[in-house]
Amino acid sequence: MKSSSRIAAVAPWVAAALVLILGVGSLFLGVADVSLHDVLTDPDVRSVFLISRVPRTVALILAGAAMAVAGLIMQHLARNRFVSPTTAGTIDAAALGLLTATLLFAGASVMSKILIAMLFALAGSLLFIVLIQRIQFKDLILVPLVGLLLGGVFRAIAEFFAYRNNLTQTLDVWLNGDFSGVIQGRYETLYFAGVVALVAYLFANWFTVAGMGRDFATNVGVNYKVVMGAGLTIAALATAVVVVTVGAIPFLGLIVPNIVTLMMGDNMRRVLPTTALAGAALVIACDMLGRWIIFPYEIAVGTIVGVVGSAIFLVLVLRRNRYAQA
Amino acid sequence: MITTSDLTKVYDKTVVVDHVSVSLPDAGVTSVIGANGAGKSTLLSMISRILDADAGLVAVDGLDVFNAPSREIAKRLSILRQETHMTARITVREVVEFGRYPHSRGRLTAECVHKVDEAIAYCDLGEFEQRGIHELSGGQRQRAFIAMVLAQDTRYVLLDEPLNNLDMPHATSVMKLLRRLADDHGKSIVLVLHDINYASVYSDRIVAMKDGVIAADGPPESVMNADTLESIYGMRFSVIDLDGDRIAAYFR
Repeated sequence: MKSSSRIAAVAPWVAAALVLILGVGSLFLGVADVSLHDVLTDPDVRSVFLISRVPRTVALILAGAAMAVAGLIMQHLARNRFVSPTTAGTIDAAALGLLTATLLFAGASVMSKILIAMLFALAGSLLFIVLIQRIQFKDLILVPLVGLLLGGVFRAIAEFFAYRNNLTQTLDVWLNGDFSGVIQGRYETLYFAGVVALVAYLFANWFTVAGMGRDFATNVGVNYKVVMGAGLTIAALATAVVVVTVGAIPFLGLIVPNIVTLMMGDNMRRVLPTTALAGAALVIACDMLGRWIIFPYEIAVGTIVGVVGSAIFLVLVLRRNRYAQA
Repeated sequence: MITTSDLTKVYDKTVVVDHVSVSLPDAGVTSVIGANGAGKSTLLSMISRILDADAGLVAVDGLDVFNAPSREIAKRLSILRQETHMTARITVREVVEFGRYPHSRGRLTAECVHKVDEAIAYCDLGEFEQRGIHELSGGQRQRAFIAMVLAQDTRYVLLDEPLNNLDMPHATSVMKLLRRLADDHGKSIVLVLHDINYASVYSDRIVAMKDGVIAADGPPESVMNADTLESIYGMRFSVIDLDGDRIAAYFR
C-alpha cells in the first residue's frame, strides 16, 4: 500500500482539479460564442451564459456525482464490484416507473414522477438483491449478468407499453441521457441528487460496515437490513432523479467507483468524495466530447458515456483476476 | 454470564440445535467441539444474534440478545465468523477501528484511538497497520480480526473456527493470543474448534455437541478420554498424557 497510499492522497485533489478545469471548459463550449469578456460586458451573452451554460454545467456535476455515488453504494451493498444502477436493472426500473407515471397520471408533476420512478427503481433493486441471494454461485460476473437480464425484462415491459402508446421515442430519450435541453428552470430537481450524495456521505461508515458482510455488521451493532434499505433507497432516488431530469447515464456508476476504489481502497468515507468528483469530471468530459465531435450538432452524453463506459467495463472484466477478487 | 434456555434451530425439518440450555462463564476459554453438523456453529450464531432462533432464549448478562438493542449487545459480546469479507480493500487499522463502532458510531474518541493502538500492539500488528487486509496472509488477517474484537472491548468474545485454513505456527499463535486475552484481560473466550487437541491444551472447559444436543461438558480432564470422545465422534480414540496435557490420537 506504500505507493498506492500516495495515489490515495493526491487522487481527491486531482479529481477536484479536473472538475474545476472541465467545468470552466464546459461553460465556454457551445454553439454561441461565449468569452469571459463578453459575459461581463454583453447582456445577451450573459443571459446565454446564465440560462444555458451555467445550468448545464451544474447539472452535469450533480448528475455525474449522484450516479457515481449510487454505484459506489450498490457495489458495497451487493458486495460485488460490478453491481451498479446499470448492471442491476435499476435504471431500467426507473424508466419503467417514469413511463408508468406518464401513462397513468398524465399531468403528474416532476416531483411525483421522480417519486414513482424512485419506487420502481427501489423495487427493482430489491428484486435484484433477493434474486442474487437465491443464486448459488455469487460469481463476480454472474451477479451483474443477472442484473442485466433483469434490466432487460424491465426494459422489454417498458418498450411494450411505450410502443402501444406511441411513446417509444420518449422512452429512448429517458434511457439516453442528454444535457442539451438543460436550461434554467429545467434541471433544478438534480439538486436532490446532490443532497442524496451528501446524505450518503453522512452515513458512509454504515455502508462500509455493511459492505463487510451481514455478520460483520451485526457484530458491531449495525442493523444490516436498515442499512441495506437506506442504501438502496439512496441509490434508487439518485437514479430516478437523473433519469427523470436528464435521462439515464449508463455505466458511470459502474466504472467510476471501480477506478476510484482501485486507487483508494474501500473505506466509503474516504472514497466517496473522490468518487463523486470523478463521476462529475467524467460526465463533463463526455458531454464536452459530445458537443465537440459533430459541432455544431451534439451527440447525447448517454451515448458517449455508454461507449467509453462499456469499453472501460470490458477492460475491468478482463483484468478482474488481477484486482477485483483481491 | 451467557445463558441459553431451550435454544432450538430447525432447518427443513432437521433439528440442528435441539433445546440447548447451557451457561457460558464470564471468564476463561471455552471450546465447543463436535462432528460436522453437530450444531456448534449454529449454536454460536444464535448466541451472537447473527441467526434467529426458532425457539428458546439467550441472555447475555441478563440482556435478551434477540430483543435488546443490537448496539448494547455489541458492547458486551463480539463474534468472529469465517466469511468471505476479504473482498474489501481496507487497511488493518481501519478494520480494528470498526471494533469501536458500537461505542463511537464511527467518530473515534481519544479513548477509541487508545484502544485501537493497544489492540494493534497487543496482536503484534504494528508493521501491518497501514496494509490492506487483502494483502495479508491468513494468520495475519485472523490476528487483525482478533485485534478488532479486542478493540471492541467486549467481555465475551465468540469465534467460529478461528483456526480454519491456518498452518500450525499460525494456529498456535492464534490460540496463544486467545489464551492471553482470557488471562490478561479477564475475557470470556468461546470458540468452535475442530482440532480437539487445541481445545484440550488451551481450554478451561470443553462443551461437546452431538446431533444438536450437548453430549459432554466439563474441564478437559473430564471430556478428553477415549470413551467420551468415541461417543461424541463415533470413532476410535486413544488419549495420552503429554507433560500434563491430554492429547487424543485418532489416526487409525
